[in-house]
Amino acid sequence: MNTSVKIAGVEFKNPVMTGSGTFGSGMEYGEFVDLNRLGAVVTKGVANVPWTGNPTPRVAEVYGGMLNAIGLQNPGIDVFIERDLAFLRQFDTKVIVNICGKTVEDYLEVAEKLADTDVDLLEVNVSCPNVKEGAIAFGQKADALYDITSRIKAVAKQPIIMKLSPNVTDITEMARAAESAGADAISLINTLTGVKIDIERRQFVLANKTGGMSGPAIKPIAVRMVWQCANAVKIPIIGMGGIATAQDAIEFLMAGATAVAVGAMNFINPYATMEVAEGIEEFLQKHGIEDIREIIGCVK
Amino acid sequence: MAQKKKEAARVVGQRQLAPGIFDLVLRTELAGQACCGQFVAVYPKDRSTLLPRPISICEADGAAGTLRLVYRVAGSGTAEFSGLREGDSVDILGILGNGFPVQKALPGMTALLLGGGIGVPPILQLAKETGCAKKIVVGYRDAHCFLKEDFESALQGHDGEAGKGSGVYVATEDGSTGTKGNVMDAIAANGLKADIVYACGPMPMLRAVKQYAQQENIPAYISLEERMACGVGACLGCVCKTKEPHHHTHVRNARICTDGPVFEAQEVDI
Repeated sequence: MNTSVKIAGVEFKNPVMTGSGTFGSGMEYGEFVDLNRLGAVVTKGVANVPWTGNPTPRVAEVYGGMLNAIGLQNPGIDVFIERDLAFLRQFDTKVIVNICGKTVEDYLEVAEKLADTDVDLLEVNVSCPNVKEGAIAFGQKADALYDITSRIKAVAKQPIIMKLSPNVTDITEMARAAESAGADAISLINTLTGVKIDIERRQFVLANKTGGMSGPAIKPIAVRMVWQCANAVKIPIIGMGGIATAQDAIEFLMAGATAVAVGAMNFINPYATMEVAEGIEEFLQKHGIEDIREIIGCVK
Repeated sequence: MAQKKKEAARVVGQRQLAPGIFDLVLRTELAGQACCGQFVAVYPKDRSTLLPRPISICEADGAAGTLRLVYRVAGSGTAEFSGLREGDSVDILGILGNGFPVQKALPGMTALLLGGGIGVPPILQLAKETGCAKKIVVGYRDAHCFLKEDFESALQGHDGEAGKGSGVYVATEDGSTGTKGNVMDAIAANGLKADIVYACGPMPMLRAVKQYAQQENIPAYISLEERMACGVGACLGCVCKTKEPHHHTHVRNARICTDGPVFEAQEVDI
């Protein structure tokens, strides 16, 4: 039985990845998860310099999910390469580094610093709803997305994945812009912007007021967007948004995702990634499917 | 280092100690690894409310394999936990966080052990692990002084030096018992002096403890709390400001769940 998938010439032993920002740099979940069992570890967004992130409270629970407004706190690319990348390279898994910035130049600097490393792919965060500058500003307008994609593609040594925001009117327009600018793949969805109000205190629960919603409650929206994009572009899609079980992951695969990522569910079940990978194998076995590629995009 | 894991714990029993305050005893393999000031994350069964609730360890009995959690009902998750009965199963993740550094309280020293409100429970295990003379000061809203007897019996269990010069002091906001006011008022009223402070309680209390320790020029270890998601240092949800860039995060933020919850008071901006 084959569970391996290929994105931009890189082969992944299985389609299960981690959602950026929900798995640290892998180190934090090393006690729970055998990282060798994952198709890839996608790391927390990293910028050219350290970012402090937003004030607390940064997280809030909502029905069937959560809101976060971390604000892309990160130690900066230099520490990341020296410490986190060195850690991840001990494992037999692919490494996808999520990069972020306030300006296009910030992104380019990170991509250039990673050019000499052996990371497998870059995922470009143009969809974080929790930072004031950069990030989502590049992900909500097709021409801005086209521009940043082509400029990063010009300097990046690794294939690039553009991570799309669901907070747009037509996600296929963004997918097409990324594809035509040379993106090797797209990943979706990032979180949906939301608000929670503390009615006793008459104030926002999050210090940032708004936050990004994730968790099982957003899954149908994510599956819909993956399916729409699969019908709009030819580049591979990494699907994510509310995946808790193998059944959830298989929905994304059938909708047209070549790979999937487990995000907020890591917080709820630290073993979720491995359970999803095992569950997909069981499903294939049970249905006598020889190759996982048979089910990718099978629902048109 | 002990391995963190998620496991199904068995409820040994639960009783109510005061209005909204519950005392839950769990049988779990993780009990043997627990130290004072650490916590576990407890999962609600209701699938609409997914995140685990961080709850401090009130007592850990490695030999019996039990953890005692004393918590306040604050929302739907803890309301669900308050309905747990003997024999029920509940998922927990642990053991999490770094506890109180009891080894800093050397023989011959006197330690102040301060607990305020729902910050009182972890002070009980701390009292059992602290090897020197200790002045335990616990603050409550009113006469519902939960765990007070447990502190008194914990002191009686200490022979020799650890028991000598030790005592339990109470403060209540409404003055119904002990010193009227908070734990700082009780320290002043009883003329307590110490070489080291350990504290858990609401933020205004911890700020007062930090200031007190600075004035007295003694170390203070305080336990912080914040809204948490993962509990293992990945999500960066529960950070506190630090005086200097933190060695792990490289910014002036430390993760309460993994770098804390206990911090040296002068090292954090609170």
